[in-house]
Amino acid sequence: MKQLLAALWKEGLLQWNLRSRFFAVAVFGTTSLLLFSFAIGPSAQALRQYSAGFLWLALLLSSTLTLSESFQAETEHRALEGLLLLQASPRALFYGKAIANWLQLALLGMMLVPIMVVLYDAGTADLFRLAGIILLGSAGLSAPGTLYAAMVAQARAQQTLLPLLLFPLVVPVLLASVKATSLLILGDPMGQTGSWIGLLLCFNAIYWSLCGLLFGRVVEDS
Amino acid sequence: MTSPRLSRRLPFFFILAGAALLLCGSYIGLFVAPPERMMGEVQRLMYVHVPTAWNSMLALTFAFIAALAYLAGGAWKWDARMEAGIEVGVVLAFLLCVQGSIWAKPTWGVWWDWDPRLTTTAVLLLAFAGIIALRRFVDDPGRRATWSAVATIIAFADVPIVYFSVKWWNSLHQLQSTPQTVSSAFHLPLRMNAFGILFLMIGWIMLRSRIAEARLESELAPPPTASRFRDGAHAQLGGSR
Amino acid sequence: MIEAHGISRRYGRRWALIDVSLSIPRGSTTLIAGSNGSGKSTLLRVLATAIRPTLGSATIKGHDLVSARQDVRESVNLLGHAAYSYDPLSALQNLQIAARFLEIESNETALRPLLARVGLEERRHDPVASFSAGMRKRLSIARVLLRTLPVTLLDEPYANLDAAGFTLIDDLISELHGRGSTVLVASHMIDRIAPICDGGVLLESGRIGWTGSVSAMAERIRSIPDATPPRTEQ
Repeated sequence: MKQLLAALWKEGLLQWNLRSRFFAVAVFGTTSLLLFSFAIGPSAQALRQYSAGFLWLALLLSSTLTLSESFQAETEHRALEGLLLLQASPRALFYGKAIANWLQLALLGMMLVPIMVVLYDAGTADLFRLAGIILLGSAGLSAPGTLYAAMVAQARAQQTLLPLLLFPLVVPVLLASVKATSLLILGDPMGQTGSWIGLLLCFNAIYWSLCGLLFGRVVEDS
Repeated sequence: MTSPRLSRRLPFFFILAGAALLLCGSYIGLFVAPPERMMGEVQRLMYVHVPTAWNSMLALTFAFIAALAYLAGGAWKWDARMEAGIEVGVVLAFLLCVQGSIWAKPTWGVWWDWDPRLTTTAVLLLAFAGIIALRRFVDDPGRRATWSAVATIIAFADVPIVYFSVKWWNSLHQLQSTPQTVSSAFHLPLRMNAFGILFLMIGWIMLRSRIAEARLESELAPPPTASRFRDGAHAQLGGSR
Repeated sequence: MIEAHGISRRYGRRWALIDVSLSIPRGSTTLIAGSNGSGKSTLLRVLATAIRPTLGSATIKGHDLVSARQDVRESVNLLGHAAYSYDPLSALQNLQIAARFLEIESNETALRPLLARVGLEERRHDPVASFSAGMRKRLSIARVLLRTLPVTLLDEPYANLDAAGFTLIDDLISELHGRGSTVLVASHMIDRIAPICDGGVLLESGRIGWTGSVSAMAERIRSIPDATPPRTEQ
């Protein structure tokens, strides 16, 4: 527990000192939202219908930036290795990093919502539930994303590898988040939102525990 | 296990037996078995499609087991087997996607109909292709083995989740029934092909893991020993200042 | 204290360390010499469990480097080539992070004496990104000073340091020696270190080329200006 607190404290310091990077990613996300509308054309109705998909695609694309950057400071001067040699618990290091990435992605997702409302006229009054879906969806991106980012940060060709490994894996997260968000915006006459949220919970439960278990094997030299 | 000569030839026996079974099964499927009532001649694709599906899943399951075994014990042979399982599984999954498209076009009029099983295969194909790419980009054998084992476990755990998510997502689409209540005329070629592809796959995995083992052997070869600098091999350091 | 049997380490296709066997008694100070790329850093990194030996095995205080990695880490301190620091954070914050993971006192008052000792007190709030190589080295030294452990591995401790820094390292080594620590120093500053070392190991292309007393080693190195043997065939 002390280890986890130390890891969270470390992430807090790092994120605060690198906050300008977060805004760069946010601008990137906004740009992608804008670009998606050009792909569909100016039909307000179609844009509204696909708005949830665009929101999550923008978040997914931005997440690769956030995730791969999150290990840059760790590998630059082998800081992560230094902490491991101090007997820092790899699990605490993983959960610290994954939680930091999760909160960052969730914040980014919530920042993209007003832009989605303006561009696509796709809003919802149930902001509370929308925030919940964004939190769950970004948690699903963050756990496997953090593990893979730790891996590719030490490999050659890191820029290409992360999306290659991560995107197929998070197909269920993308599907469930898009569906749940979409049902929230367009209405949910059949009451399906619950099962999508259940799917997200299930994915998160599996990957937050599995990745925490495997992280030690990834960061230790073997 | 058995004599080295037999085990060297074993994969070729499997491949021969598999090819023979596949040829016979396909012949029966194409020319002997009656056409299906509803779908007609297109349905004959099923004789290779369904066995490919089973076997691609089987190959990837084998890779998953190899990944677990490697992480648990660290024996290099499991890394070689995992590599073989992943590659063979990916090739079979690719064939499956191609067959799926060929099936979908005359049946539903589109090349891709987002059937949960086929879509899951496509996702798996991409996920495991990513792992093959990862293996290419990591030079150190130990890291390569550990990381790809971790990635394999993570990707494999995704299979049921992808399947159910695609199934719910596409729930409007009627689930097509695999002909199960059909006469034994359909069963014979199906079974022959299933075992044919299974034997082919086994032989192929054996050969492929043999290649991987040979590569590992060269990568892990001990350093050259003959050297004129070897005289002070074991250093004893005195405590006197 | 340190027993190594045939350690080899490979990077890609190149062997950085070949069949190194060592036995280093407790409380001794050992110099590890050798030209650039002779495997000094690799040897220390293997002994510190930062990397695994590809072949061979070694124990420190009876704990195996691979199977009892955490026990080894409990008794080995490494001053490495890498700074082990986070560039965007300040010197103080970097030390605080290390202290927190070590679960020791991590507030500023507790860490200030340490920063003062390595001469970074004035600049403690500046981000490490703005530091010179020598200042980074000083921060690494402070990090090593956080713990007092039975084994200390120093990889080129004098590199990038100024005259005051040299004295800092000299003092550190004799302090460690006085406490009975086992010290391994990889360095090119043979003449400076020789008087305080009990023995020396000369690495040549990843192999142990010679071992014995440091003064004799200094003789040998002087007699052969280029101690690097021709590349052996793979």
